[in-house]
Amino acid sequence: MPKHLVLKDGTVYTGEPLGSDADAMGEVVFNTGMTGYQEILSDPSYAGQMVLFTYPLIGNYGINDDDFESERVQAAAMIVKEAAKHPSNWRSKKTLDDFLREKGVSGIQGIDTRALTKRLRSSGVTMGMITSGDPSEALAKLASARDYGERNFVEEVSAPAPYAWGFEGREPIDAAGDGYKCKVAVLDLGVKYNILRRFAALGCRSVVLPQSAGAPEILGWKPDGVVISPGPGDPKNLSRAIGTVKDLLGAIPIFGICLGNQMLAHALGGSTFKLKFGHRGSNHPVKDLRTGRVTITSQNHGYAVDAESLVGSGAEVDQLNLNDGTVEGIRADKLRARSIQYHPEAAPGPWDSRPYFAEFMESIGTAGA
Amino acid sequence: MSDRQLRKVLVLGSGPIIIGQAAEFDYAGTQACRSLREEGLEVILINSNPATIMTDTETADRVYIEPLTVEFCERVIDRERPDGVLATLGGQTGLNLATKLASAGILEKYGVLLLGTSLAAIQKAEDREMFRQLMHEIQEPVPESWIVENVDELLELSKNAPYPCIIRPAYTLGGTGGGVARSPEELIEIGKRGLSLSMRSQIMVERSLLGWKEVEYEVMRDSADNCITICNMENLDPMGVHTGDSIVVAPSQTLSDVEYHILRSASLKIIRALGVEGGCNVQLAVNPHSFDYYVIEVNPRVSRSSALASKATGYPIARVSAKVAIGKTLDEIENSITKTTKACFEPALDYCVVKIPRWPFDKFTAGDARLTTQMKATGEVMAIDRSFEDALMKAIRGLEVEQKDLRHEGFEKLSDEELESAVTEPTHERLWALAEALRRGWSVVRVNVLSKVDPWFLERIAALVAGRAEPNRTSFKMVDTCAGEFESRTPYYYCTSDPEDDHIPSQAKRTILVLGSGPIRIGQGIEFDYSCVHCAKALQREGYRAVILNNNPETVSTDFDTADALYFDPVTFEDAIRVMEHESVDGVMLQFGGQTAINLARRLSNAGAKIIGTQPTAIERAEDRDMFEKVLDKLDISRPEGAGVKSVDEALAVAQRIGYPVLVRPSFVLGGRAMEIVWSDDEMRSFIKSAARVSGDAPVLVDKYLPFTEAEVDAICDGTDTLIPGIMEHIERAGVHSGDSMAVYPAVNLSIDAQKEMVRITAAIARELGAKGMMNVQFVVDGDEVYVLEVNPRGSRTVPYISKAANIPMVSIATKCALGTTLAEQGYGSGVWDPANGTVSRFGIDPNVMTPPDPGLFAVKAPVFSFQKLSLVEPSLGPEMKSTGEVLGVDLTFSAALLKAITASNLDVPSGGTALLTVRDQDKPEAAEIAAELVSLGFDIVATAGTHAYLEEQGIEARKIAKIGKAEDNLLEAIRDRRIAILINTPSGDREAEAEALQIRCACVERGIPCLTSLDTARALTTALRAVERGEDVHCLHIEEYSKSQEDVRMKL
Repeated sequence: MPKHLVLKDGTVYTGEPLGSDADAMGEVVFNTGMTGYQEILSDPSYAGQMVLFTYPLIGNYGINDDDFESERVQAAAMIVKEAAKHPSNWRSKKTLDDFLREKGVSGIQGIDTRALTKRLRSSGVTMGMITSGDPSEALAKLASARDYGERNFVEEVSAPAPYAWGFEGREPIDAAGDGYKCKVAVLDLGVKYNILRRFAALGCRSVVLPQSAGAPEILGWKPDGVVISPGPGDPKNLSRAIGTVKDLLGAIPIFGICLGNQMLAHALGGSTFKLKFGHRGSNHPVKDLRTGRVTITSQNHGYAVDAESLVGSGAEVDQLNLNDGTVEGIRADKLRARSIQYHPEAAPGPWDSRPYFAEFMESIGTAGA
Repeated sequence: MSDRQLRKVLVLGSGPIIIGQAAEFDYAGTQACRSLREEGLEVILINSNPATIMTDTETADRVYIEPLTVEFCERVIDRERPDGVLATLGGQTGLNLATKLASAGILEKYGVLLLGTSLAAIQKAEDREMFRQLMHEIQEPVPESWIVENVDELLELSKNAPYPCIIRPAYTLGGTGGGVARSPEELIEIGKRGLSLSMRSQIMVERSLLGWKEVEYEVMRDSADNCITICNMENLDPMGVHTGDSIVVAPSQTLSDVEYHILRSASLKIIRALGVEGGCNVQLAVNPHSFDYYVIEVNPRVSRSSALASKATGYPIARVSAKVAIGKTLDEIENSITKTTKACFEPALDYCVVKIPRWPFDKFTAGDARLTTQMKATGEVMAIDRSFEDALMKAIRGLEVEQKDLRHEGFEKLSDEELESAVTEPTHERLWALAEALRRGWSVVRVNVLSKVDPWFLERIAALVAGRAEPNRTSFKMVDTCAGEFESRTPYYYCTSDPEDDHIPSQAKRTILVLGSGPIRIGQGIEFDYSCVHCAKALQREGYRAVILNNNPETVSTDFDTADALYFDPVTFEDAIRVMEHESVDGVMLQFGGQTAINLARRLSNAGAKIIGTQPTAIERAEDRDMFEKVLDKLDISRPEGAGVKSVDEALAVAQRIGYPVLVRPSFVLGGRAMEIVWSDDEMRSFIKSAARVSGDAPVLVDKYLPFTEAEVDAICDGTDTLIPGIMEHIERAGVHSGDSMAVYPAVNLSIDAQKEMVRITAAIARELGAKGMMNVQFVVDGDEVYVLEVNPRGSRTVPYISKAANIPMVSIATKCALGTTLAEQGYGSGVWDPANGTVSRFGIDPNVMTPPDPGLFAVKAPVFSFQKLSLVEPSLGPEMKSTGEVLGVDLTFSAALLKAITASNLDVPSGGTALLTVRDQDKPEAAEIAAELVSLGFDIVATAGTHAYLEEQGIEARKIAKIGKAEDNLLEAIRDRRIAILINTPSGDREAEAEALQIRCACVERGIPCLTSLDTARALTTALRAVERGEDVHCLHIEEYSKSQEDVRMKL
């Protein structure tokens, strides 16, 4: 039975089924990475989004037990040209299709993904629905559905209760935290496990706190620094978290990643805006204005910090995207706060920005401890 | 980057096309020259290969077509005083040359900076031991290995080496002399050969990783330490097969994101540690069952893989590398595809690319077709589509081999046991063996265990053989480096079955499709690509939109900015029609795309296409034996007697009538494939079958063999007038394929009357056929008697040679003729081009013009062979073409030009030593003359019994040497011990003697000892050596200086 992808403007792409037969709705976005679908599907920042993969052959190396970035599939659905029926990799446990069915996640394949990508590029991202039913019914549902930007997805993806991450991975918050060089508190707006894994690999224990945690609660864990995590949705909706970051400013070193970058900007009095089609992929060049060096980064964001809005805030924009000149990093040295718009933890994507973790640990004075 | 201003740069080319170093370096060098000139630099180029776009005078400011030796480079540096030299775009040849220039102190002497990657970095990457040390320092894993520098060490190692193990000689390209040893005996044999072929007499023996995945990363680093990955590629053939001989896909398919980035990070770490500045290639072996990997090697330069990566992604690696070499950083360089983003990013693909190599084993049927670490392919095709299956089938279709899909009759006949070994042992046809095994229902697991090919590929091949149909491709998608993320205007397309078209061509201009020549193979090389590129440029100058269809990733024609649009698809009827309909073309130009394109003339015409230039009927009248005979009869032109035959009996009857020896060949093929001189009925019976198989429905041609001088002309015709840019005389007499002969322009021995007759005949044939555009005529000349051998109604292999030697834009003039502008309207007209005066001489047209024009220079073309890479291939010259490339020697005298051509052709010309002669009876008198000349040049002569006796009779001092097996000290041992500096051997008819002679010739080839199988070549060599001996002036001038009259040049000197 064919499946349809219906866009809000009434455009219908008809393809073949993938994953669960259930209907799915979300913002249609594209990712240009050629690998990393397992990480992307489980990345909380994709909550509420139906991810189109521009690389046409997805699922080639199957699904393994390790490369998850959270406990569940976060993306609303996936859109591919062709999902591999016969994956091949020594770690592969199942096909992409089986995995999606098992998780009840819908998808569509066999559509002209390049045509859709070009459409999103020129008209911007849009709400869409995948359905096995009548496309006109889907269109009616889309007309009355809430827009992506109106929903607070952070509340949905953030940890309901604190937990910790150490050498052995995820552990109860009250597990013995001995033998670590330092401890960071992570304000979980949709954290990716690889952030926690990177800290652990460097000997740093993470205390992961729900998005509702206020500054006193965070500081109560006596961390050496605070990480504001990535996460989904429009940062403007997150006034509570913004307030938390504002309260933390100056009290403790802060490192923001992706949505964390936007949170820091807002906390410093700046603002953000929605990008036409976002940055999602593993090949985004970012220039460090201080060193002149360019780094290839992993990105996943639909909103960007307005550089103008930070003028006079005391913060400095220190990194820019080489393609479109948008803000990729800000720092407020006096407040011991800095943030980057891209993903030093990669997963998926290049590892070139990994040194940020060590750098942050160094800045909180514990790297060599 | 530097403390001094760069104004002038010398770019080193890569020389002749050989296996392992092909057209990709013309693509790279051309991009580099343009890229540097964009930056306002003055560019000087040296390259001995005339069949290149880079040696066009418009590519660089000054072009030196001179041998790529230290001596000539120094002379160029001395004359030009460049500030820098760019070597990393000239392949291994360029890199080795730069190394030699540095170690000879020449760079220092003239204060020339080596641009881009430093010499120290090059050495660290190329010297096995230094590289291993560096890898240990940065904790990157390299396979356990041993460096061997002499035979004693080799023997010692052979006792405890882990078998199978791999042998790699240092400082060679395409893995020359390498191999896989399964026993101590094999290790010693391959190791000895490797030691003798390595520039440093150094080989590495390493633990075999047979069966591991082979993955490559194309990476780039600039002087500010910015590093990017352009592309990664995964080989379908696992470790053990040279990557140039592997089927390759881009991007990798079976690596998870973690694995992809483990290897990417390792690659970047390595180029940072080396300090590479520019493009670089990292080869890795990956354990299919764990995260383990090994670094295999690094090429600190632009390579074949980078050409492939460039075409696969659209990222112009060579262009960017050149800019990086002069100190620009990646973020300063524009992404010339999108024009809106920078070169500092990593391309994202939204399609799958498949490369399949093209091997010469359809011609060299006796060659060892097993694939090892020594590359054997002459060329490759690339295919782009939205799935692996579709791209694979496209690639197969574009290979121009017998198989058009995954069926192979040869394998269908095999027993299961035989098929099992065909699946296990990699050969040029293993893909079809895999398909056959899967068709027989063998499980993917079983085929994987045998072949080690990843199940990912096998599953897809299984789906194809199970009947997955080729899709109906109706649209064209763009290659844009960014998977559609940014708007691009690159006119680079491939056809696919997805509904949306990325490209709706504008109808504003009249459009002409230029058909390319497909993969490089023996007989159809880079010369045709050269012509296609010039044709497209000429069409554009005439106000047309020029679009190119081609599938060869190594070429300039498949650069996205060569034409107005590039269609990267197979050069077949279906694909041509699809492009023509899509572009609503006004015509198709197929006379520059070699036999590939010309063979499509009739079908395209029948399908309603307008063929620009010479019409299909005229093509058939030239190529069809019977029709051609009628043309010649009508015009009263002589030809060697003969006939077309369709059976063995007919062939025998014809041979009896005209008398042996006869020349037997199939019709409608290029490069003399399956062509042979036949001396007896017995030989006829055995040979005719293979010729018939190649010929198909067309008749096999049997002609009287005339052992006289061969000559040829290229002609440009407008239907009435005929312009001959130059008359070429072959050094080797008829019987040696024209592509394998040395040739000289202008003719040095042909009589005036014979030359006149050649002009007359050419003009008459052209007019009779109504040829419009290029035509090529081959002659045999006996005194004043001229016989026509064949007419090729298309651009030939010699077009770039004569274009450069006679300084005339042949393709441009021919293109205009094909479009309908007459020669007279272009200011030419009938006659022979006179470059010294820039006019057309009426020689041969007007009886009052008594002498052919004197160009004031001599240009000698010499063939270059790749026998060292192809074991068991007969290296003697004959009617079937065997060379892979050519060089040009230009000078003011014939002997100096000859000397340069021979020097440039990689023939290791000895200035003395021992010459070994063993020739057949009828050649003995001539051999004696050559021997006498060699003696007077200071050579010692050794000869086998018969030849020795004859020489003694003639009073020529020679030492007798025993034949193989006859004595302890026989000629084979002498060759193996390198006591022989040169071999002169003419093949005899005798089968037994020939088997032995073949062994001797192969032994010479393996050791790089010149092996001359034509006495004409030997005589040319002595002429050249004589020129050296008498200290003749050998000049070093840029090509335009030669092109002017001799007096002018001498004035300047």
